[in-house]
Amino acid sequence: MSRILYEITEAVRIAVAQIRANKMRSVLTALGVIIGIVAVTLMGTAINGINVGFNNSMAMLGENVLHVEKWPWLTGEDWWKYVNRPIIKPEDAERLNRLIEATPNSQLETAVFVHAKGASVKAGTLTVSGVTAIGSTGNFARIMTAEVADGRMYSETESDGARQVCVLGSDVAQALFPGRSSLDETVMVKDQPFRVIGVLAKQGSFLGLFSFDNQLLMPLGAFRKYFGIRSGNPSIQVKVRDKNRMDEARDELIGDMRRVRGQGPGEPDNFTINTQDAFKEKLDPITRGIALAGLFVTGLSLFVGAIGIMNITFVSVRERTKEIGTRKALGARRRTILLQFLIEAVSICVVGGVVGLCLTYLLCMAVKIAMPSFPLEFSVGLVALSMLVSVLTGVLSGFIPAMGASRLDPVVALRYE
Amino acid sequence: MRPVGPLVIAIEGVTKLYQMGDETIHALRGVTLEIHRNEYLAIMGPSGSGKSTLMNMLGCLDTPTSGRYEFNGQDVAGMVDDELADIRNREIGFVFQTFNLLPRSDALRNVELPLIYGGVPSHERHERARMALENVGLGNRVHHKPNELSGGQRQRVAIARALVNRPSIILADEPTGNLDSKTGVEILTLFDDLYEQGNTIIVVTHEESVARHARRIIRLHDGLIASDGPLN
Repeated sequence: MSRILYEITEAVRIAVAQIRANKMRSVLTALGVIIGIVAVTLMGTAINGINVGFNNSMAMLGENVLHVEKWPWLTGEDWWKYVNRPIIKPEDAERLNRLIEATPNSQLETAVFVHAKGASVKAGTLTVSGVTAIGSTGNFARIMTAEVADGRMYSETESDGARQVCVLGSDVAQALFPGRSSLDETVMVKDQPFRVIGVLAKQGSFLGLFSFDNQLLMPLGAFRKYFGIRSGNPSIQVKVRDKNRMDEARDELIGDMRRVRGQGPGEPDNFTINTQDAFKEKLDPITRGIALAGLFVTGLSLFVGAIGIMNITFVSVRERTKEIGTRKALGARRRTILLQFLIEAVSICVVGGVVGLCLTYLLCMAVKIAMPSFPLEFSVGLVALSMLVSVLTGVLSGFIPAMGASRLDPVVALRYE
Repeated sequence: MRPVGPLVIAIEGVTKLYQMGDETIHALRGVTLEIHRNEYLAIMGPSGSGKSTLMNMLGCLDTPTSGRYEFNGQDVAGMVDDELADIRNREIGFVFQTFNLLPRSDALRNVELPLIYGGVPSHERHERARMALENVGLGNRVHHKPNELSGGQRQRVAIARALVNRPSIILADEPTGNLDSKTGVEILTLFDDLYEQGNTIIVVTHEESVARHARRIIRLHDGLIASDGPLN
């Protein structure tokens, strides 16, 4: 029906005029809502940002890669249970590959032995320390998530022959050869010359902890010779064919690995299959904590804001009692008056919501400029959410006074001075 | 004598009781009254006579405690709030002593208000509101806010607002009470014109000079009609 439409447009017009006429009062009233919306959107952007950053980092691990290791990731306790496990050897990977080939319809694609140790890399007078030197066979290229941006990866033959060639992470390349190509240059690792044959594309840091760009890949033979593979924490990275069937692949890998290790039935695994899920389990309580704190602050400030808006709506109804009487005399129904004051309350909340959103947006921009790596993600969903919250607050807080206004006796209201 | 038009208002044995603390006030003790189309009627009486109560009743702002009230053949006495609101919107044009214009809306918007509640589409609203303002001599003041208008002009806007829905009656409560005597006379002359154009006008007043413009005067005393007759 068109009448209600006209009434709503009229109510919106009145509400806007009312807010403009009482700017200070409206803004002060909206303060609670503003704070609430800032809290809820900041919380949202933080959680969004953490998730996006986390997923990027997870992608660096490779979402379809299983890691066979001696130690489980992110488990501090029970170290004595794992300390006596046998170390992972390159031969384990070779045997795994033979089993994978022999298995029809295997979910696994290939297994690669990978070992990493800290190293310093020199070129001329420049030195970069704290570089992660990674030793692996040539087919590591099929597993690793970084692309070779420049040059090439070493071949299987180069790897077997322990050739002294290497592929640099982008940060290492830039630090050693600023402003020029590092291809065919020589870098010194463990006082041995390595020829640079490739540079990896920039990847960013993993969970803000360590950088994948700060690494150096070398053939396993050379790594074995200069770093040794009998110590540290070597692993076998296994690529899975279908990332939607990770559990199946994992079970297959456990079976294969037990055969490789010659473990009898009933014997507990003397290795661990690590996946990125381990990190997810650690992350969930963190985001939950942020969400809880954010919700608490949001709820509190919205509650205070709602009371303020209820109060100001009561004031508004009282101030305009005579106007309500006039409107009723001219034919306004209860619904008309109810809508008018509800829309007024909602408008204040929406103004508060918009101001809050703008504040959050500016805050995010400021944080992005000050701390580029801090994870914040502004999203359309958040805008919708905060608008919804604003409208809801307005409806809830405006309802009681608006109801009172709509039930006023026109005779009494008209007499009111 | 003018020919008598069709019956608009029929009130029979209407009473109204108010509860004031422990005391029951008999504002109306049994009023019977008929008003026909194109009458010009003044309701007079001292304060406490039930004059305001009768006006509220006639304006469908209030319902009687007992008795019958028919407006254009519809039983008003048993109506609920929203039904009364619709009757007021369609059938009654109010003119108040204090004008009761919306301060932040211009003249046109004020006059449009009853049309909004009547569900009239906006282009037609503008048209009719503008015509109503021209009709009361304010065609050049449509976009002025109430505080930019003189008292007489404000009351003209209010009259235009009362007329815009082409109501069955115009109900004016002390329409000149807040105006100086010269402006008051202008407003009363406007009422005379509206009456000549065929409108039905009910003026509630305690001023003889105002009542003298009407063709029929009802005097209330203690909640009862003391006299009802043509101007003499």
